[in-house]
Amino acid sequence: MSGWTAFRAIVAKDMRTYYLKPPNISWGLIFPFAWMLMFYLRSRTPLDIRELLPGVVAMSILFGTTSMLAVTITFERRSRSFERLLLAPIELSLLMLAKTGGAIVFGMLNAFVPILVAAFVVDLSGTIWPAVVGSILLIAATSTFLGLFISVAVHEVFEAQTFSNFFRFPMLFLCGLFIPVSALPVFLRPLSFLLPLTYGVDILKAAINREGILPLWVSFPVLLLFAAGLFLFSLRNIRRKWVL
Amino acid sequence: MSEKMLESGSGQPEAVQRPVVEVLRAENLVKRFETVTAVDGASFSVYRGEIFGFLGPNGAGKTTTINLLTGLARPTSGNMYLEGQTYTARPKQAQGQMGVVPDESNLYDELSGFENLSFCAALYGIGKAERRERARALLEQFGLDEAGTRPFRTYSKGMKRKLTIAAGIIHQPKILFLDEPTTGIDVASARQIRSLIVELNRRGTTVFLTTHYIEEAERLCHRIAFIVGGRLVRIGSLEELMKEHQQETVLELAVEQPGEDQGGTELAGSLRRRFPGYTVHRPDESHFRLVSDSSIELLPLLVAAAEAGAEVTEARLIRPTLEEVFVRVTGIESGLMKQEREGKKK
Repeated sequence: MSGWTAFRAIVAKDMRTYYLKPPNISWGLIFPFAWMLMFYLRSRTPLDIRELLPGVVAMSILFGTTSMLAVTITFERRSRSFERLLLAPIELSLLMLAKTGGAIVFGMLNAFVPILVAAFVVDLSGTIWPAVVGSILLIAATSTFLGLFISVAVHEVFEAQTFSNFFRFPMLFLCGLFIPVSALPVFLRPLSFLLPLTYGVDILKAAINREGILPLWVSFPVLLLFAAGLFLFSLRNIRRKWVL
Repeated sequence: MSEKMLESGSGQPEAVQRPVVEVLRAENLVKRFETVTAVDGASFSVYRGEIFGFLGPNGAGKTTTINLLTGLARPTSGNMYLEGQTYTARPKQAQGQMGVVPDESNLYDELSGFENLSFCAALYGIGKAERRERARALLEQFGLDEAGTRPFRTYSKGMKRKLTIAAGIIHQPKILFLDEPTTGIDVASARQIRSLIVELNRRGTTVFLTTHYIEEAERLCHRIAFIVGGRLVRIGSLEELMKEHQQETVLELAVEQPGEDQGGTELAGSLRRRFPGYTVHRPDESHFRLVSDSSIELLPLLVAAAEAGAEVTEARLIRPTLEEVFVRVTGIESGLMKQEREGKKK
């Protein structure tokens, strides 16, 4: 019980002090809105919006979570306030779930901005909403845990930002967001399937446009495995690097 | 848990004998970082109700020892016990009973003083109503009630340090670790914090304190450990540490004499001739210091001085200070420690 009191307090503090700050709201909510608007203006028919929606949703989550978490944790490590959390009688796994919880919720909120915008201009009937919500949750979790992985690897806030982009920008092109994986050069395709976002985008495409290349029963477990793997690997690195 | 009698050394905390219980024990604690041994076989106990001080220069291993004891670092070897139970392998079991105040204030800039305390209490599983009550009480106790609603970033260094100490005790730990609590803050704030530590201790908080400041250790601590190069070179109460270096008697004479070329020099020579068992030093023009392995009788000295035409205006026995004891035991000049702490302030 005491662990959950701490869990709730950490998530609430992070949401208040980091994620719900005006600059982050503008980055997390206005940025996907602007992307959506840009695609809307250049699209020729309403159908295009529906085709672009999975990519924009995935990109909003990716950009809303990875660098935010990496930056906030690196910042707390630099100011030594993270030590306060390590000194609390909370198991490390629960502590890191609390630290990542705020970012996951924030990533999910980001994802619904383009969906809301799209709902005004195209007919989204026929969408498999449980699959959309499930994939948004898992994309937010894997992207956040990628941010956690980055924060363990760096020391400075600027390194966290740089390192985040090192992962994020290639993923925009390799994970089928706007260029289908099948349209990529053959030698790049295996790389696509090594990235978790590919599976998340594929679920979104299947749920919104029936265009997925993998069955849901494959994509969901793979995405779940990526989330668990990244989290456990980061925990292992934290134990090795931060508890010396 | 072993019991013994604890006697305060300095007189600043209560100078009374009282039965105490062992709260914390370190057994042959070792921490190696690749080729560097930061803590080298440290063994000591901290007793309930005492202020136990770690005194040593920069890089001596003070902070590393605290990190080991509080679970922020893993020992290479050795054991740690809290109230007789080992927690070496599972420090999380003990962390709920410990309060830690690092050498830099590490609360959250965006949160107010009240919110910081309330958040820290939540980390220890304390419910909402209880943590609000405790936060209010601590703000009042630490004289921060008026600043309680202001963001932490607006606090002065001294206020920040006070709030960090309050955050360290909000969950009512069995032992409070204070790492260099007065380093880097102004003199007035440092005085306030020392008084606060004494007051906390009077109310029953057991304190493990690290410091550069010899005077601080002397004034605050019931027992002191000297740590140099990761090794504990001496542990004891102030009295015990002093006693070891009071084997010899040192008597200082203040002397008025007619002229340097007559009185002073002649008196030194005369004392050396007449009292071959004493070592005679002359620290300045008007003082003589006599050192002996046994007691020194004053009357023959006064006679000898009178015969040399000098008048003894004052005679006093010199007791070694903690600073002198530290220098003798560790071989580290106290001036070096002063330089280090001035550097750290900057």
